[in-house]
Amino acid sequence: MDHIAAHRLDGNAAAGRLEDVFAVEITSVRATCNGCGATAAVAELTVYADAPGTVIRCPSCEAVVMRLAQVPGSTWIDLRGARTLQIPLR
Amino acid sequence: MVGAAIQRRLTWQVAQVSAHVRDTPRCWRISLDVELGAWLPGQHIDVRLTASDGYQAQRSYSIASAPEERTLDLVVERLDDGEVSPYLTDELRAGDAIELRGPIGGYFVWQAGLGGPVQLIAGGSGVAPFLAMLEHHQAAGSDARLSLLYSARAEDDIIARERLDEHAQRAGVEIDITLTREAPDGWKGRIGRVDAAMLAEAVIPASEQPQVFVCGPTAFVEGVAEALVAQGHAPAVVKTERFGG
Ligand SMILES: Cc1cc2nc3c(=O)[nH]c(=O)nc-3n(C[C@H](O)[C@H](O)[C@H](O)COP(=O)(O)OP(=O)(O)OC[C@H]3O[C@@H](n4cnc5c(N)ncnc54)[C@H](O)[C@@H]3O)c2cc1C
Ligand SMILES: [Zn+2]
Repeated sequence: MDHIAAHRLDGNAAAGRLEDVFAVEITSVRATCNGCGATAAVAELTVYADAPGTVIRCPSCEAVVMRLAQVPGSTWIDLRGARTLQIPLR
Repeated sequence: MVGAAIQRRLTWQVAQVSAHVRDTPRCWRISLDVELGAWLPGQHIDVRLTASDGYQAQRSYSIASAPEERTLDLVVERLDDGEVSPYLTDELRAGDAIELRGPIGGYFVWQAGLGGPVQLIAGGSGVAPFLAMLEHHQAAGSDARLSLLYSARAEDDIIARERLDEHAQRAGVEIDITLTREAPDGWKGRIGRVDAAMLAEAVIPASEQPQVFVCGPTAFVEGVAEALVAQGHAPAVVKTERFGG
């Protein structure tokens, strides 16, 4: 197994960081990739959490869907790669 | 239904360690007293450690006890060169406090209301969330068919062995353990790695439309999920949780 694969996680691993910010159950939110148009639950996205921040990629085309960075006092979220987020309402 | 609890932003809170017990040569069961409200079987928490210089490290751990139980239990595997797990297994003691946030997740979750059949497939400590599902299945009196295929290295490495043997006696529950490194004389379970042939034989067939949950080291989870989809299970019903490694 290559170095990259050994560090690969999925959206479950990023859920706590995202729910620090969003008051919704995030793993069931469906994200559409701005690169290829594929839609997947956040739990199904590919996560690399050992970069300085957290990089969340599309499982279909590997494009970056979200990036998170935590610095003292704030969280930065880059959502350029997410065309839409579909949040189930209850 | 799943996630019926009122959602709020997660915050860190302090939990008290009520028990800290070695379960296998490499895994410890850590019981925590904490007010999180009801959690769902399959959810996890994040643990945060803070060094005296302010440096922080956080990791996720599945909840291994059912919401019906009194404590929130974790099963932590010690990775020798790890940053966080050796602290949790070697340093932490009953009576200590640790910081956590949760419960987290709503995708990798099963509860009695979702019915069956349910196929659980675990590699190593990936059995942790399934221990919660099995306890909940019993506490809720569920009649859903629940089948666990669990890969461990050797007999000594089987986590929660006694409870799994007890669950195996219950109607509707199947516990199928495979040993990958060494099996003792007289071992009645399976031997060898979980591969396509073993999955075809041991897993509830796609024709019965099981909900499938796969959990463990990343390579294990990805290999199993790929083989299951090739065997006709719909990608949407094969839910995965990667622990890394
Ligand atoms: C949603 C979720 C739930 C999890 N639940 C559990 C659980 O119930 N029990 C549990 O023990 N762990 C669980 N994990 C894994 C846990 O979060 C940590 O990754 C693990 O404890 C290693 O942390 P560490 O700081 O000790 O090692 P690190 O310092 O992060 O890593 C040390 C070395 O071990 C390798 N490594 C990292 N993770 C693993 C792994 N899982 N297996 C083998 N090698 C690895 C790394 O590549 C590195 O070389 C879960 C992970 C996620 C994302
Ligand atoms: Zn894509």
